[in-house]
Amino acid sequence: MSATSIKKSGPFAHGYNTVQKTMFLVLLALAPATAFNLYLFGWPAILLFAITISACVAIEAGCLALAGKPVKATLADCSAILTGWLLAMSLPPWAPWWVGVLAAVFAVALAKHAFGGIGQNVFNPAMVGRTVMLISFPVSMTIWVAPHPLFSAGSPGLFEAFAITFGGHMPDTMSAASALGYIKTELSRGIAVTQSMGQLPDLMDMALGKRAGSLGETSALLILAGGLFLMFKRIISWHIPVSMMGSLFLIAALFHAIDPARFTSGTFHLLSGATFLGAFFIATDYVTSPVSKLGQIVFGIGVGLLTWSIRNFAGYPEGVAFAVLLMNSLAPIIDQYTRPRAFGRSRKGEPLPLEKKP
Amino acid sequence: MKLFPILGGIHPEYRKELASEKAIVALPMPVALYIPLQQHIGAPAEVLVNEGDLVKKGQMIARSGGAVSSPQHAATSGRIKAVTDVTAPHPSGLPQTTIILEPDGKDEWGDLPEPITDPFTADPHAIHERVAQSGIVGMGGAAFPSAVKLNLGTQKKLEILLLNGAECEPYLTCDDRVMREYPDEIIDGARIMAHALGTARVVIAIEQNKPQAISIMTKAASAFPDVEVVGVPVQYPMGSERHLVQAITGRETPARKLTADLGVVVHNVATARAVHHAVRFGRPLVARVVTVSGGAIREPNNVMTPIGARIADLIEFCGGFSARPESIVNGGPMMGQPLASLDAPVVKGTSGILALTAEEINDRPTSACIRCGNCVTVCPCGLSPLDMAAFIRKDNLDVAAKLGVMDCFSCGSCSWVCPSHIPLVHYFNYAKGVLNDLERESRKNERIKSLAEVRIIRIEKAAEAKRAALAARKPASDAAPPSTGGEAKAATEEKANT
Repeated sequence: MSATSIKKSGPFAHGYNTVQKTMFLVLLALAPATAFNLYLFGWPAILLFAITISACVAIEAGCLALAGKPVKATLADCSAILTGWLLAMSLPPWAPWWVGVLAAVFAVALAKHAFGGIGQNVFNPAMVGRTVMLISFPVSMTIWVAPHPLFSAGSPGLFEAFAITFGGHMPDTMSAASALGYIKTELSRGIAVTQSMGQLPDLMDMALGKRAGSLGETSALLILAGGLFLMFKRIISWHIPVSMMGSLFLIAALFHAIDPARFTSGTFHLLSGATFLGAFFIATDYVTSPVSKLGQIVFGIGVGLLTWSIRNFAGYPEGVAFAVLLMNSLAPIIDQYTRPRAFGRSRKGEPLPLEKKP
Repeated sequence: MKLFPILGGIHPEYRKELASEKAIVALPMPVALYIPLQQHIGAPAEVLVNEGDLVKKGQMIARSGGAVSSPQHAATSGRIKAVTDVTAPHPSGLPQTTIILEPDGKDEWGDLPEPITDPFTADPHAIHERVAQSGIVGMGGAAFPSAVKLNLGTQKKLEILLLNGAECEPYLTCDDRVMREYPDEIIDGARIMAHALGTARVVIAIEQNKPQAISIMTKAASAFPDVEVVGVPVQYPMGSERHLVQAITGRETPARKLTADLGVVVHNVATARAVHHAVRFGRPLVARVVTVSGGAIREPNNVMTPIGARIADLIEFCGGFSARPESIVNGGPMMGQPLASLDAPVVKGTSGILALTAEEINDRPTSACIRCGNCVTVCPCGLSPLDMAAFIRKDNLDVAAKLGVMDCFSCGSCSWVCPSHIPLVHYFNYAKGVLNDLERESRKNERIKSLAEVRIIRIEKAAEAKRAALAARKPASDAAPPSTGGEAKAATEEKANT
C-alpha cells in the first residue's frame, strides 16, 4: 500500500504560499535592479535579457515534453523564467545571442532537467550556465562594457543593438574592464592594488551600479533593496546573505590590513562583482542550499571564503559563481550534519537526561 | 509571569470569530443516543445492560474494562434499544460496539454517588476513584482516562497542575466558551485535581486571542492565591502538552518521558469542569460542549451535546449545510480526523465538528519539493519533515525512524506551510502506522522465538533424561519403578521453564 492511495489525513487548513507565488516574489524583487541595469547597458542588454529568458522557457517546455511531464502546469511555476532571468543577469551585457541560448541549454537542460527537474538539481542552474560558458568561451564571456544609459550619447540604438546581438559587431571602443578584472590584470603586471584602485570608479558609484560588470549585478543598492523585500516577505532569511557577505568582508579586511598592496579592501569585495546578487538571489536558491538555519550559515560562510580565495588566488577575477557551485555540492552533506536538535533529545538523538528540578 | 519561547510553530487563520460569541446552547434530546464502548485511549468498556433495560440519566451502562479504561454512562433516561455495531467516529468509518439508548424524554437522573462534601480534606484516592467512576477522560481531544493521570501524584513528586486552555486549534471555541461561562466550576475542579495530585500550584494557560476568557478566569481565580491565570502567545501548536509545559516552565520534556517527570501534569479546562461535577454533585460525564463551525455550516455554534448524539443531529441543529462541505472534520482543522460518516456519534473527546469548504481547506495538487526549508523552520519538534518524507516515499522507513518520525505528533505545521502542498503529515502517519506494526510484530516474534528456544531445550533435556533413565534401568531389573523417569522429566521441564 502506498501512502498516497487513501484519502489524505489532515491538516484541513493550508497556508496560502505556493511555489508560483514564491518565484513571482523573487522576480518582483529582482525587477528594480534589472530595470536599472537594462537602462544602464541599453538595447543590446535588453535583447540579450529577452533572448535568454525565452530560451530558458522554451528549453524547459521541451524537456518537460520529452520527460512526459505536464508542460503548462509546470511552466506556470515560473522557475524557468527565474532561472533565465538570473542567468541573463550574470552574462556580459552585450554578449551575442548565442551566448544566451547556449547558456540556457546548459542551465535548464543540463543542470536542471538532467537531474530530474525542479527541486532535484544539485547545482544552481543559472550558475552552471554561466560557468560552463565562461570556461568554454572565455573571450565572449569577458567582454565588458562601460555603462551607456539608454538614449544617452554613444548608446546604441535599436538597430545598432541588433547588429551587436545578432551580427557580432562589437564596437571596440565600448569595451571596459570590470573592477575585479582590472585589479587582477594590474597585479599580474606587478602594479600594486593601492595604485590600480585609483583608476576605478569610486565606491559610491560602485554601490549605485555605475560600473562595468555583468548584465544585472552592478547595482548593489537596488539588489539590496530587493533582498530586503524578500526577507520582509519571508521568502529568504538573513542567514545566507549575512554569513556570506560577512565572511567575505572579514577575510578581505583582514588580509587588506596585513598587505594592502596585494589585497583589496573588504568594502571593495562587497561592492564589486556579483557579491550582492550572489548573496541575496543566487546562494539563497532553495533547491541548492541547505534547509536548516545552521546549515545555511555554514553554507554562506563557505561561499564567502571561497569567493575571496578564488578572486585572489585562482585564474578568474570573479569567484561568486564558482564558490556557489562548490558549496552547492556540499549542501546535502551540510544538511546531514546540521539537522536541528529534536525536541526532548540531545544532538545525538538520545533522550535528554531528566534534569534535577530547580 | 515569565514565559519561555517554544520552537517553530505557525499562525494559521483562526476563524474563531465564527463561533466565539455564541453562548453555549443545549442540543434538544435526539431520538436516539449511540454510546460507543470505546471513547477513550485504553481498553473498551464492558457492557452492563441488556436490550430493553430501562436506565436513568447518569446510570453506568458499561464498566471500566481495565487499568487504563473508562466506564460509560447513560446521557439521559430511557430504554436500551440495542447493543450493536455502529459506525465509529473514526476516519475508517468502521463499526464498533455501541449501546443504543432511546430517550424517554424525562431526562431523569438516577441514583448518583454522594457528593464528596469537603474534597480538600478528602483522601486523594477517593477523588481518583470518583473521577474514574464518573467516566471522565481528557476532553481536549486525546481522551486519555483522567483518573490515570490524576494518579501520577502517588508515583511522582508533582509541583504544578497546568490547566490547558490554550485551544490553539483554529475554529474551536468550546474551551473558550466554557471558560467564559463557567469559570468558577473550572477553578473549583482544578483545585480539587491539584489536591488529588498533591501539587501546590495551579497554572491556567490561555492563548492571548481569548482576552475575555483570560480576564474572566483571572477574576475568578483572584480569590485563590495558589491559582494563576497566564496568557500565552498565539502560536500554533501552543496547546501541545509538552510545548505548553515548556512555555510555562522553560523545561523540555525528554523524549519518552512524561511532563509529570518534570513535575507538571496537564489537564484540559473542560476536564476540570467535569471533575467539579463529579466530585461536588456525583454527576458522571454525560455531555460536553462541541463547537460546530466551518464555512459550510449555516449557524456555527457551541452546543452542549449529550454523549452519543449523532453528528448529523448536531449539524441539523446548527441549520445544516449552507454550502457543499469539502470535508467534515472531527476536531480542529490541524489535528482533527476526517469523518467518514455523519451517522457517527459525538463522543467524550469530540471538541469540534467542522464542515469546511474547499476554499477554507485550500488544498491543491502536490508539486515537487523545492527544499525551501519552511517545514524545518516551523517544526515544533525540531525535525526535518522534507527529509523524512523523502525516505518514506521510498518506503525506507528505517531511516525515517532514525530521523525521528516517531517523535512527530502530527501537529500539521509542516503540511500547512508547504508551498508545494506535499501531504507531509500523511506520510508521517503512514510511517508511524507501519513502524508500530513492525514493532509489535518483532516483539511478538521475539516472544515466539524465546518460547521456541525454551521448548527445544526442554525437549532435549527430556530426551536426555529418558536416555539416562533408560541407561540406569538397563543393568538393573525391569522391576525399577517407572516413575523415576517421569520425575526427572518433570524436574528438567521445570528448569527449562525458569
